Parts: sequence; C-alpha cells; structure tokens
Amino acid sequence: MAGSNTALSISLRGVTKRFGERRILQDVTLEVRPGETVALVGPSGAGKSTLLRCINALHPFDDGEIRVGPHALTPQSSRSNGSAGREVRRLVGMVFQDFQLFPHLSAIENVTEAPRRVLRQTREAATAQAQALLRRVGMTHREHAYPEQLSGGEKQRVAIARALAMGPRGLLCDEITSALDPELKHEVLAVLEDLKRDGLTLLLVTHELGFARRAADRVVVLADGVIVEVGPSEQVLEHPQNPRTRQFLSRVMG
Amino acid sequence: MARGGVNLPDQPGVKDRMSWQTPEIARGWVWVRRRVGALLVGCVAATGPAIANDDEQARTPMPRIDGQLRERLAGGVLRWGGDAEGGAPFQLRDPHDPERLIGFEVELADSLAAALSGRHGLRLATEFVQYEWDSLPLGLQKRDFDLILSGLEITPENQQQMRFSRPYYIYTQQLVVRRDEKRINALEDCLDRPVGTLAGSAARQILERAGIRQIVSFSGQVEPYLDLELGRLDAVLLDAPIAIFYAAGNPRLRAAGQPLGKGAYGIGLRHEDGVLAMALDEALAELMVGARLRDIYRKWHLWNAMQSQLARQPNRVAELAGLGFTPDGQPATVTDAPREQVDINLMAASAELWTFDRYAPTLLKAAGMTVFLTFTSMGLAMIVGLLVCLSRLYGPALVRYVALMYVEFFRGTPLLLLLFFLYFGLAHYGAHMSAVITAIVGFGLNYAAYEAEIYRSAIVSVHAGQWEASRALGMRDGLTFRRIIFPQALRTALPPMTNDLVALFKDTSLVSVIAVPDLTKEYLILSRSSFKFVELGLLTAALYLAMSIPLGYLSRGLERRWGRVR
Repeated sequence: MAGSNTALSISLRGVTKRFGERRILQDVTLEVRPGETVALVGPSGAGKSTLLRCINALHPFDDGEIRVGPHALTPQSSRSNGSAGREVRRLVGMVFQDFQLFPHLSAIENVTEAPRRVLRQTREAATAQAQALLRRVGMTHREHAYPEQLSGGEKQRVAIARALAMGPRGLLCDEITSALDPELKHEVLAVLEDLKRDGLTLLLVTHELGFARRAADRVVVLADGVIVEVGPSEQVLEHPQNPRTRQFLSRVMG
Repeated sequence: MARGGVNLPDQPGVKDRMSWQTPEIARGWVWVRRRVGALLVGCVAATGPAIANDDEQARTPMPRIDGQLRERLAGGVLRWGGDAEGGAPFQLRDPHDPERLIGFEVELADSLAAALSGRHGLRLATEFVQYEWDSLPLGLQKRDFDLILSGLEITPENQQQMRFSRPYYIYTQQLVVRRDEKRINALEDCLDRPVGTLAGSAARQILERAGIRQIVSFSGQVEPYLDLELGRLDAVLLDAPIAIFYAAGNPRLRAAGQPLGKGAYGIGLRHEDGVLAMALDEALAELMVGARLRDIYRKWHLWNAMQSQLARQPNRVAELAGLGFTPDGQPATVTDAPREQVDINLMAASAELWTFDRYAPTLLKAAGMTVFLTFTSMGLAMIVGLLVCLSRLYGPALVRYVALMYVEFFRGTPLLLLLFFLYFGLAHYGAHMSAVITAIVGFGLNYAAYEAEIYRSAIVSVHAGQWEASRALGMRDGLTFRRIIFPQALRTALPPMTNDLVALFKDTSLVSVIAVPDLTKEYLILSRSSFKFVELGLLTAALYLAMSIPLGYLSRGLERRWGRVR
C-alpha cells in the first residue's frame, strides 16, 4: 500500500507529561525502527494511550522530543493543532479502541472523507482507493453500510481502512480489539499481521499477549508512566526481568 | 324609538331620545391599552374630567398657511392612524366587504381631506394606518402617520404628548343592564353587584368613586355586554357611542339611569405640526358650517344636543346652524330625514353577513403573513444563533463572554418588550424599521438565543473522540467542524429546533402590538366585528394547526431519515 515501501522510524527522547501534580509519562525514551512492530503493554493507567496520543500530536507533552520520520515534535509545537502536528499525522495514522467512525457517513464515505477533503483527491480516485482498502480488510460487501449497521469487528476494519487511506507509513493502534468479542478479534488482528507484512511501522497498545508474542518484534512494558522493560517479545513475555512486569503478566494471565 | 327600549338620537330636541348620550367624564376604554407604551416612552395614562373649554378659547385669526401646508402635504396623502379592532362606530370592517373599512371616523377623515384639498388647492388622498390602539401616540411620534383619528380624548395628560385639533365630538357614558332587570335604575343600585367595564378606564374610575365593590374589567368593548347577557354581570358602564352599537340593538339589554361623564374627542397631532393643526381646525369648521359633520353623525346615530358645544367663536352662529342648532344653542327643528343611516343593528346583523366565504380570504391572507414571519424569523434566528453558539464555544474569552451575555439577555427579556423597544424605542434615536422588518429582527434576535443554546448542547454532545479521529486523519479543525461535528450536531438539534419553530409560529401573534396584520390580529378584528368568536376562533385555530401539524410531520420525517445516526 501507499507509503509502505519507505518505512517509518519513531523515536522518543525523555518525553515527560504532567497533568497537574500527576506525572502521566516520565522520561520515556524509545526507538521504533522502520517496519518494526512494537507492542506496548502494561497495567491500566500506565500512560500507554497517552503515549500514543503524544506521538500523534493529539496530546501535548511537557518535556523531551518526539521524532516521527523527518519531523520533530517539541513541547511547544505539540501544544496546538498546528502544522507540526499535521505533518506528523500525515506519516502515522491512528486507530482507536472505540472506532470513532463518522456515524453520519457510510463505510466508504468514512474512508474517502479525509483523502478528498485533505489531500484533495477526486471523488473517483478516492473511491477507487477506498474500494481497494475495504477489499483488503475484507469489507467490500459492506461498503455502503452505516457504522451502526456494522459489528464491532467490521467497524474496526473500516477504521483501519480509513487510517490507511491517508497513506501513512506507520500506524498507532490503541487497544483496537478491546471492545470486540473474542471471535471478532481475530479478523482485526489478521488485518494487522497483513499490514506488518507490508512493512508498515506498527505501535500497538494491546492486551492480546498471544498476538503480541506472535506478531510483535519487541514488547515495551509501561507502568506508572515509566518504561520498566523493553525487549524481544518472547524474552519479555516468557522471561520477564522486572518485578513490575512479572506482576502485570501474572495478573493478565490470571 | 329603537328596539329594546334604547333611544336613538336621530332627531334633536326630544328629551327621552337623549338617554344614550350625555355629559360627564373622559372616555376610558381608549387609553386603557396604553399601558405597554407607557413602559417605554413614558406615556402617562390618566383620566379625569378634562374637557378643553373651547368656547372661551378665542382663536387668533388664521395666518396664510397655503404655502407651508402645500409643502407639508407634498406627498399628496393624509395618513391617519387608528385601530380597526376598536369597532363600531369608530372604525370597523365592513360586514359586506371585510377588506373595506367603515366608521364615522373613516368618513370624517375623507371629508377632512376633501376640505383641505378644496381650501388649499391640493389633491389629497387618505390612507388608513392600522395600529394597536395603545401604541397610536408612539406611532404618531414615529411618523408612521400624520394624525390620530381614533376616539382619542382631549385630556391634559394626552395634551402633554401631542397637540390636539379642536374637538370633533362630545361623548358621555352609559349604564346598561338586562332588559328584565328590575333592581337597577342607577349606579347607586349596583353597590354590591358585578359591574363590567374596560380595564383602567375612566368608567372604571367612576365605578370606583361610586363605591362599587365588584368591578369586572375587560380589555375589549364587546365582551362586557356578552357577559351581561349571560348573567355573569348585572350592569355595564361604557362610552355611549359604544353602547349605541353594541347594546342598543340588543333586545335583551336596556339603558339604565342618566348618562355619566362627558368628554371630547380630538384629532391627535405632533406638537411641531402646527400648520397641519391649523389647517385641520379650519377644515373642521368648514365641515361644521357646511353640515357635513352633522350628516356623518346623523348617519352613525351619534348626533345629539351636546354637539352644540362643538361650535365656537368667531363663527359660532354659523357653526351652530350647520350642526343643527339655533344661535342660542337649542336644537333646531329638523325636517329633512337623514340622507342615509347606518343600521343601528349593524353589529348584531353583521353576524349573518359574516359568512365563511367573506372572512376566510382575509384570514388566509393573514395566515400567509404568519407563515412568512415564522420562516424568515427562524432563518435569521438560525444564522445568528449559530454565530452566537460558535462564539460561545470557540471564541476568545471576551467574545465568549459577550456571546453568553447575548444568550442571557435575550432569554431573560420578554419578547413583547423587545418588539416594542425595537419599533418605538429605536425610532426615538432615528432608527426607522418597518413593522414587518422589526418583527423579523425581534423574533430572530430573541430566538437566536434559544437556537444558540440548542446548537451548543448538540455540538458538545458529539463525542470528543470524533475530533481526535478527524485530527488523526489530518483534518483541520474548521474542516472537522463543518464535515464531521456539525452534521451530527444538526441531527441532535433537529427535534428541539422544530419544537422552537412551532413555538415561534405561535409567538408571532405578538406582532399585533406593532400592528403587523397577522392571523391572531385578524381574528381579533374580525371576531369583534362579527361576534363570531367561536366560529372564527375554531377556524383560526384550525389554520394554526393546519400549518403547525405539517411542521411536526416534517420534523419526524427528518428524524426518521437521519435516525441511523447513533
């Protein structure tokens, strides 16, 4: 797909975010290499979603620097919905836990909206691309359905197609299977594995440890806004070194 | 003799024929409705014995006013203000043709214009300007018309507000009871009985001074007599000219006791309009001398012995003669019958004349005005409301505050007051808007406050994640608002918006205070002219429903169509 040939690197250096007295993220430093798939795991409230939103300039941060491809975000430039943020978003797409499809638009209109309005693609070009993307996520048969007529898994696949339509070279996924029934999760995860094969840089917040082990190159464990462990997924998930990681894994595995 | 024991003063000199008209205080119903106007421009409404003593006021000889008058009336139209809701005999809809206005003041206006034309070599037409009665002095100041000819009494209070011509009619008030009433022969017999009159009127003051304990006040002159017939009241005290047309023709009612109160009607003019005032005084004198005034009063059953008081120096004898009096003020023996006379049962008889095909076109036209006002006002309210809402949500601090103040101000002030302020208050500072424009602006501004709040809550109710998702797709905030947030908010806002549209639809009836001929105003005028309160009321209600029910269908249809959202 578009943009997947030249994969994207994402690097965070000393990223700190405070909310009043509370520190949401503290001194987070992380390198995501081009084409790499990184799973971000950790207990609730650890700051995983916030980290994704900082990378996409949806949330401002207070200290440090985030580089997405050639573009740098600073605490200043992260503060507005300005040009720095928009350039970063051109390179990384985002998919949300609660889909956030546009309810007044059909599936295909959800996908064509941004290319047509932001990239000024013609209706024909945008529609052709959207049809290709929907086919890729297995949604050809529901092109003209409205979001409320779709199941959760279908919604999420449309949301992925919508993000891909802007031709990103990386994708941020925020617990995109959490709201789905188990039997629907695999259809979304299958799409992600497909994207990974295409060379898209993926940063996934997930609770699917099985999927993380199978698909992620590395796992990052975040707890209380601090990275407590980073490593190849099998090593971190099978032989965790940090007590916080062990505590988290034992709870998740139940 | 008139039926129902009521005497009609067609002929002078017969004592018992005078019982409907004789002297005392000031005419009350007239200034009653001035309350609202008083709020804004401070017109003082008051009563009291207040007849200008005209006989003593020797006029200075008229200067030559031809040139100035020609300049003053260069438009070729004499615009006079009145209220057709006032009814007989002043101004009313012709039962034979609801689009036409009749009444003794209509004829007086035409005769005055003719006299002015003849005296000064003009070609002067008349134009009636429909106005809410209590607003007439305001409309005069606002220059919506040149003069008021609408049973306006000459009182010191009124004289502070405007200049008056010499009196054109002397009136009294009359107690009316049911025909079979045995107990009441004078006001003193009513001490513990319910007596009807007009709210805040001079008649009411007479009743208060007489110590009547159960005074029932009405806002129209038709309703007290209806209640009297129905037995809810035992007596009604109102101006004799009203009683002639609304009670005298009714076989179930009769006059009781001597007429009370005396006052004079005069033409109201702006203080600075001295030239026109002088010309009108001359024209009135001409109508008196030439017997035209007497003819009009005889036609309308208004002539009586008191009218001798209209005549004055320096031409008193000639005026007396023209009015039908001997030089010493006694009614002259009149041999000729009046050329034409209005049916005294005009009002009662008109009920039969007011058939559906007569009044339906008039009501339909008024309904058209109501629809026009509703949709243009709503259009303005939606535009202004959106601007206010966007300012409140996304403007800088100061703009947000101003928008909040806008909402609080217009939500917290009565629409009626706003209309009045826009129409009369602003005119004071030179901002002249037509009544229809004023109505649209007033409703638009007021409803914009409600629309703004509806839009705001609808916009806020759109999930914040929609902003994030749009931004994540590289959309700018303006684009996101236009394409993503607003369409969703609109669907949320639609039901309360249609609700407001229906409310506005009915609120437009308030425009009658600034004399826009809408459906409600037309109902009031027609029902008081025809007595068909029930029939016309049902038809008017049906028209309102016929227009508002489709709005409900439209709303539900749109909601269904967009129902897939959320």
